[in-house]
Amino acid sequence: MAIETKPDTGTWTVKSGLAQMLKGGVIMDVVTPDQAKIAEDAGAVAVMALERVPSDIRKMGGVARMSDPKMIAEIIEAVTIPVMAKARIGHFVEAQVLEALGVDYVDESEVLTPADENNHISKDDFKVPFVCGARDLGEALRRIGEGAAMIRTKGEAGSGNIVEAVRHARKVLGQINHIKSMEADELMATARDLKAPYELVKGIHESGELPVVNFAAGGISTPADAALMMQIGVDGVFVGSGIFKSERPDIMADAIVKATTHFNDPHMLAEVSKGLGDAMPGLDIRTMPESEQLATRGC
Amino acid sequence: MPKIGVLAIQGDFLEHGKMLDAISIDWSEVRLPDQLEGLDGLIIPGGESTTIVQLMDIYGFRDAIKRRSSEGMAVWGTCAGMIVIARKLLDRRPEPLGLMNIEVSRNAFGRQVDSFETDIQVSSIEGDPIHAIFIRAPVVTNVGPEVEIIAEVEDGKPVAVKQGKLMATSFHPELTDDTRLHELFCRLSSS
Repeated sequence: MAIETKPDTGTWTVKSGLAQMLKGGVIMDVVTPDQAKIAEDAGAVAVMALERVPSDIRKMGGVARMSDPKMIAEIIEAVTIPVMAKARIGHFVEAQVLEALGVDYVDESEVLTPADENNHISKDDFKVPFVCGARDLGEALRRIGEGAAMIRTKGEAGSGNIVEAVRHARKVLGQINHIKSMEADELMATARDLKAPYELVKGIHESGELPVVNFAAGGISTPADAALMMQIGVDGVFVGSGIFKSERPDIMADAIVKATTHFNDPHMLAEVSKGLGDAMPGLDIRTMPESEQLATRGC
Repeated sequence: MPKIGVLAIQGDFLEHGKMLDAISIDWSEVRLPDQLEGLDGLIIPGGESTTIVQLMDIYGFRDAIKRRSSEGMAVWGTCAGMIVIARKLLDRRPEPLGLMNIEVSRNAFGRQVDSFETDIQVSSIEGDPIHAIFIRAPVVTNVGPEVEIIAEVEDGKPVAVKQGKLMATSFHPELTDDTRLHELFCRLSSS
């Protein structure tokens, strides 16, 4: 019964494996330890610790950076579920700081102002796993190629509008289906067109699925929104501003968790959607200038 | 052949399903307590134990699983599932079901950067060691006299235990291709 080999940490299996454990769950943005506890009590599978939720980042303007490590450490202290935190795209030193703090997942996020307009972080260099946003399969596979162990749709963060998350999820899942049904000799040209690593395209052709867990994010603000994304075929949801910008955060958090588990049960969805008060205010993406659209950052 | 259910509230229940498919075992997802009826065995998968217990209580699983277990249904908890079926938890939450006479400590190896994989020998399993994947894993800190420790790591921390028709593992056999622990649980369920 003795140990056979030296244990390996930071491997691909343990990085992508944690995301497997989050499946069917809701990851909630929180800005204080108290909010983190509300999220945990409602049954969130993880929290995203940040100073401002995306809708406030949007209002504030200016440069959005990694959150204060003190505040992240307090949230880590407050809950027993995994804690995620955001680093700017390409800002590998912010990621090093987050790893040193002991966060369980780093989100290399377009919600913050990018630090590098050409390159993302080389995520294989870290023991902490990364989640990254994507609008289509090419973007998702480039991130996985850099070492991302989990993917989420970008959606349009802080908009309260589900339309972009739906667009991105349908795009990724549609492209996977297309590759699955292709002939093997079409894969190289497809990798070229997607600007994606060939080996990953080939892997999708063979397995019919992404090699990592795929969540929806960016605009989910009601239980029905969460269930919609689950029925479209994602593995779980991130809810940013949607909970703590709603009228009754505790009730909304609870309802979104239940809707994510029972996404296929309309009676349950009707029950949990009753009397939630006002959801967060929403924005029409069609009237939003491109410079204000967060999803276009990093590709 | 046993009928196995996999608790499908949250976590990697589909991975358990794929393992059962690989050994041609008939299995179903369990989302509500009435779906426990007629099962010979129940797997409680990896996931977030606070979330799983929260939702189990909302849907009334606590008493239903205890009743079915007392009627002879086998139960296997992996990682979060081990926490769920323990008698006592050293952490402040969640409130475990108290099925198995073990005391468990959550995240006992540290945070995610400390998650690891290694080979271990499991005493009920013949042949090569089992490749075990530990993700923010719990360990057993104390066992009752009726509990058999079937695997441990480093300084003798128990990571796999058996008690009658109950089984618990700190690690995730469902994330590997090795079906031997699933076969063991199916034998336990048919016994």
